[in-house]
Order: sequence, then C-alpha cells, then structure tokens
Amino acid sequence: MSGFFKSSIGRKYAMALSAFFLMFFLLQHFAINMLSVFSPDAFNEASHFMGTFWAVQYVLQPVLIFGVVYHFVMGFILEARNRGARVKKYAKNNGAANSSWMSRNMIYSGLTILAFLVLHFIDFWIPEINTKYIQGDMTGLVPNGEGFRYFEELAHKFENPLRVGAYVIAFVFLSLHLMHGFSSAFQSAGASSMRKEKLQFFGKLYAIIIPLGFIFIALFHHFNHH
Amino acid sequence: MNLTLKIWRQSNAQAKGKMVDYKVTEISEHMSFLEMMDVLNEQLINKGEEPVAFDHDCREGICGMCSMFINGEAHGPDRGVTTCQLHMRMFKDGDTITIEPFRAKAFPVIKDLVVDRSSFDRIQHAGGYISVNTSGNTQDANAIPISKHAADEAMDAATCIGCGACVASCKNASAMLFVGAKVSQYALLPQGKVEAIDRVQNMVAQMDLEGFGNCTNTGACEVECPKGISLENIARMNREFLSANIKG
Repeated sequence: MSGFFKSSIGRKYAMALSAFFLMFFLLQHFAINMLSVFSPDAFNEASHFMGTFWAVQYVLQPVLIFGVVYHFVMGFILEARNRGARVKKYAKNNGAANSSWMSRNMIYSGLTILAFLVLHFIDFWIPEINTKYIQGDMTGLVPNGEGFRYFEELAHKFENPLRVGAYVIAFVFLSLHLMHGFSSAFQSAGASSMRKEKLQFFGKLYAIIIPLGFIFIALFHHFNHH
Repeated sequence: MNLTLKIWRQSNAQAKGKMVDYKVTEISEHMSFLEMMDVLNEQLINKGEEPVAFDHDCREGICGMCSMFINGEAHGPDRGVTTCQLHMRMFKDGDTITIEPFRAKAFPVIKDLVVDRSSFDRIQHAGGYISVNTSGNTQDANAIPISKHAADEAMDAATCIGCGACVASCKNASAMLFVGAKVSQYALLPQGKVEAIDRVQNMVAQMDLEGFGNCTNTGACEVECPKGISLENIARMNREFLSANIKG
C-alpha cells in the first residue's frame, strides 16, 4: 500500500475519504446549529458538550483539522497537476456541451469556501480556543453573568449585515461545490454507476438542504436579534 | 455550403503553430467531415499550398485514428460518432468552424492536426492483455460459464477504440476512461482475472508516468466518447486498484 497514496487513483480515494468526513461533519454542525432556531437552551447544552467532551476536542477536532487541511492542500496539488496535463489550451472549448459548470469549477467554489473558513475561524473557532485553552475558562458561562454564553455569541455575530451577506454568498458556493462533490466522492471511491441516479439525487438534496439551512439560520438570527 | 475554417497549423513538433483561416466552397451536406477536409486539401494543393495534415484510416468509425477537436468538442458536435462519421449536415451554410488537434501533454502534436497517441500504446503494453498458455492444454473459452451481465459489460468496455476523445474532452486531460475500459474488459472475465492485480497496478502506473491528469468525474469523457464507454469503468478500475493494493 506504500505507493497507493502517491498514485492518481490513491489520491482520488484520499480526496473522497476526506470529503465523506467533511460532509458528515457538516451534517452534525447543521443539526446543532438548527437547535439555535428552536431552543437556545438545547443549543447551549449541545455546544457545551461538543466544546468540552474530550473525545470531540482531542480526537475528532484534530481529525477534522487534518481533514480540512488535507482536502484543500490535495485539491490544490491535483489542480496544479491537472492544469499541467494540458500545457496548450484550446482556442475554443465548449465545456458546457458535456459537463456541468459545478464540475468544471470546483477549484473556484473551493477557494470561496476556503476564504469563508478563514472568516469563520476568526469569528468562532479562534475566540473559542482562546477562551478555553489560553484563558483556561472551560465553564462555558457568560462572564459575570448567568447561563451559557454560546447562544448569545452566535446571535451577536449575525447582527452585522455584511457578515450575514458573506455567509450567504459562501453557502451558495458551498452548495455549488456539493452539487458535484457529493456524487463525485462516491464515484471516486468506486461506487457503481448502477446507483448513479440515486446518488446524484441524494447529492443534490444534500447540496441544497444543508447550505439553505445554514443561510436560514444566519438570516433568522439577523432578523430576530437586530 | 460555403464555410470558413479556423485550423491549427503547425509544421512540425517543435514549431510554434497558429490558427489559420481558410474559405472552403461547394461542400455537400452529405459529405463526412473528413471528406470536407479532403476538398480543402485539394483546393490547397491546387493553389500550391501545404495541405492540412490529419489522422484517418478506416473512415468507418472503428479504427480510432481520426481525431480533431471541432468547435470545442472532440469529434465535433454530434454524439456517438468519430470525426469520419460526422456529417456536414451538422453545420450550416456560412458557419465558421474551429478545428484543433487533441490537446494534452501526453498527446504532443506531430504536425497540424496529427498528434502522437503512443502513450496509449505504452499503457496497453503495461498490462492490457492476457498471457495465454498455448502449450496445447488450453481450455476452450466456451467451456467456461460467464454470466450474461458480465459478458455484456466486458464487451461494452472492449468497444473502446482508443481514439483519445476522452483525454481531449477532459478538462484535466485524464486518460482514466480509456484505462478504465481496458482494465474492465479483462477484469470482468475469468481469463483476465488471473493477472488482474498486476494489470491494474502496471497500467495505472504507466498512465501516471505519461503525464495524464487526474479524473474529477465531470463526465465529459463519457458524453464525448464515440463508443459510449461508461463512467462505470472508471469506478470499476478504482475498485480493482484498491483491491490490488490491498491484496498485492
């Protein structure tokens, strides 16, 4: 297996595996965020559990960071190799005749998601790491106040319409990325095309429902707490 | 029909090359695209100019020799045909048609529209065959039961003519549909299973060595393939490759 991940197909498998993990992560992130719409208390409880449970913090979080970094770095490496495989471009190339826009522009939707992740990390992840691991406050409580801080922090972030706008744009590109990425990951992992139609159906469903849900959550908090 | 052709002209492999415009007249809509190119070349020869070099052989859609990237698509705008079977009725009088060679680092241009596709031959040499024992004890192939489904899928994969339209159409210049078809046609049959591990590993290694890009599942290859080779063959190759690496 030593040369497997250096081969073109091995890298396809690795990209697919990291994509599966990220899509699963996105699903649970979405489920927890949706709690904030229905029940601030439930959202606080779930956030506190995810933010303090050792297995999530010391096992899943490092795996997630590795998965995100790997998916982006390998995406760039493969894009560079793929561009190098055709040195001279066509004078006329009718890509729309044989493939979807989403499938031909994964690098651009991916770059938009990367830019969003930088903003998202600055917004939530870095302050969270600072509070818990630098200042050492693992209580999850509002400073000098009562109750958990998670819901208030979330609602506060979505007061700024520019941030909400940036999140909405990013989720549209996430949807475009998933429109191709979901079924493509299964195809790379060797899924039979006998199931192609079902996979593409579920892929499109996932690619619409999850980003649309995230957009709804951002708008909900913007209009309910502004 | 009277047409304007924008054709890639390149005198040899080292030359820079450029697009050149030509007017071609009195083209019948019943002509094949290659016959139209023949008419153009006769006009060029009569004027004392260098004819356009292009690949062709059987002109029946089975040899895989003809290529050409026509109006932004391998083998032109029609589906399920090679350039020799593309008819001029697919175009309109007065049209401008852009004609380029198949472009990939692994398919260098030799002259004009002729490219060197020997990288495909080297991939085939790496494992696209079965080693038959001809000692006299060879079992009759018909004595081995094969399911209809496996036989059909193997035959479908074997219809690949190795023209390179998949590479030309893929935004990554990936050869995975070609290699997937060649791996599949043997992997599905009992005679091919004996050498399955070495075959897929060696063919994929050679494919990577030749400098083809990586498949990103856009599906352009399947759409443009004149023989309708399915993406399923790429998925099967991926499964074969994983299985070979675990077993081998």
